[in-house]
Amino acid sequence: MIHCILHDADDTVAVVVVEGVTRGTAMTGWVMDDDRTIELEARQDIPIGHKVALRDMQPGDTVVKYGIDMGRVVAAVRKGEHAHVHNIKTKRW
Amino acid sequence: MTIVSKETTFLGYRRENGRVGVRSHVIVLPLDDLSNAAAEAVAHNIKGALAIPHPYGRLQFGADLELHFRTLIGAGCNPNVAAAVVIGIEDGWTKKVVDGIAATGKPVVGFGIEGHGDHDTIMRASKAAREYVQWASELQRERCAIEELWVSTKCGESDTTSGCGANPTVGNAFDKLHALGSTLCFGETTELTGGEQIVAARCANDAVRERFMFMFDRYQGVIERHKTSDLSDSQPTKGNIAGGLTTIEEKALGNIQKIGKTCTVDGVLDKAEVPTHPGLWFMDSSSAAAEMVTLCAASGYAVHFFPTGQGNVIGNPILPVIKICANPRTVRLMAEHIDVDTSGLLQREINLDQAGDLLLECMVRTANGRLTAAEALGHREFVLTRLYESA
Repeated sequence: MIHCILHDADDTVAVVVVEGVTRGTAMTGWVMDDDRTIELEARQDIPIGHKVALRDMQPGDTVVKYGIDMGRVVAAVRKGEHAHVHNIKTKRW
Repeated sequence: MTIVSKETTFLGYRRENGRVGVRSHVIVLPLDDLSNAAAEAVAHNIKGALAIPHPYGRLQFGADLELHFRTLIGAGCNPNVAAAVVIGIEDGWTKKVVDGIAATGKPVVGFGIEGHGDHDTIMRASKAAREYVQWASELQRERCAIEELWVSTKCGESDTTSGCGANPTVGNAFDKLHALGSTLCFGETTELTGGEQIVAARCANDAVRERFMFMFDRYQGVIERHKTSDLSDSQPTKGNIAGGLTTIEEKALGNIQKIGKTCTVDGVLDKAEVPTHPGLWFMDSSSAAAEMVTLCAASGYAVHFFPTGQGNVIGNPILPVIKICANPRTVRLMAEHIDVDTSGLLQREINLDQAGDLLLECMVRTANGRLTAAEALGHREFVLTRLYESA
């Protein structure tokens, strides 16, 4: 089963694509661009469609998805934690 | 081997001006808010006539008024419309819309309410609508080449599965249609924010690129002038955020998947303008679903691809809206709204090429006459874009 999807190997977040991911779930992630998988553990409950951090990140760090800058970290987040609007903000507007 | 090729045909209605439609509506089109009641009464009287009520058309001026006329005339000119009855509060602007639609050669007539009242107007307009409906009911579909089908796209209530599954499905279908010489359209100017350079790089030449960046910067100016925050309460929407999206950049990068991998952006339209040659057109437009889809109808598009993640339920009275969804939860909870389920993409059960073909197969069936989920459910959102206050 694929639990989460990365678009690009350099992405720092992945999208959870199944329901029921909870703290401790061993996840398989699919890297779409080069069609291989990675393994990681969820440190928090993460709803379907929401993102999981793929590395530890600090405020000011750039979040990468699709291999491209998609915003900045505003609160520290660790690998396996829920990455969402509480720790990511836009760089625009 | 993809499902569509140069030899692929569909059964459409060829109109007087050569354009091909996939529906054959007789519309009762109000010029303004005041004429909605009469238009709806006519559609009630005459079975098969379709009223298209909306809230505007009074005291507009300048570019905003021009857009109002362009949208109403464009809606009437759309090849999915067989004939049109226009009703306005007075004769002058009513005639302007009638004359605009008449340029296609299709049957159209207008009625002004002032000096007659609703009763007399409804009676005369009903007689005209009855004649049109009976005439249109005898029109026959004929075999048409696939590239004669104009296809637009806009996504809504997106979530992260839109960028992984539903939008790339549209992109794959667009790549295939573009290669066949189809006329295609995408837009949502603000929802390219963070990915505008990707679109610019895909423009066919410098003139198109310059025009695209002009439209992009113009809309950024609107946001800058009116914003009171970083728009995080509006764009992404609450639904987008509930679905896992965080920033406008993330939303835009998912959005852009709809233009595929090989399509070039071949032209740029202002709102509700009509394409002048085949290819993929960018139309400057709102990212609000019903506004954008209404503008596509006014530009003459005959079928619309609408990917959704969280389950936007939109339809349009003129333009059949095909819903594509890759979120397994939404597909399960809102099945009656989804035409093409591509959730298998997220588990590698199908590949992108197969997902694109599922959509193209649904497109051909829709063009041949199969009702979309939104049509069957009666979704007829017709929403006019306004540029500023009335005078």
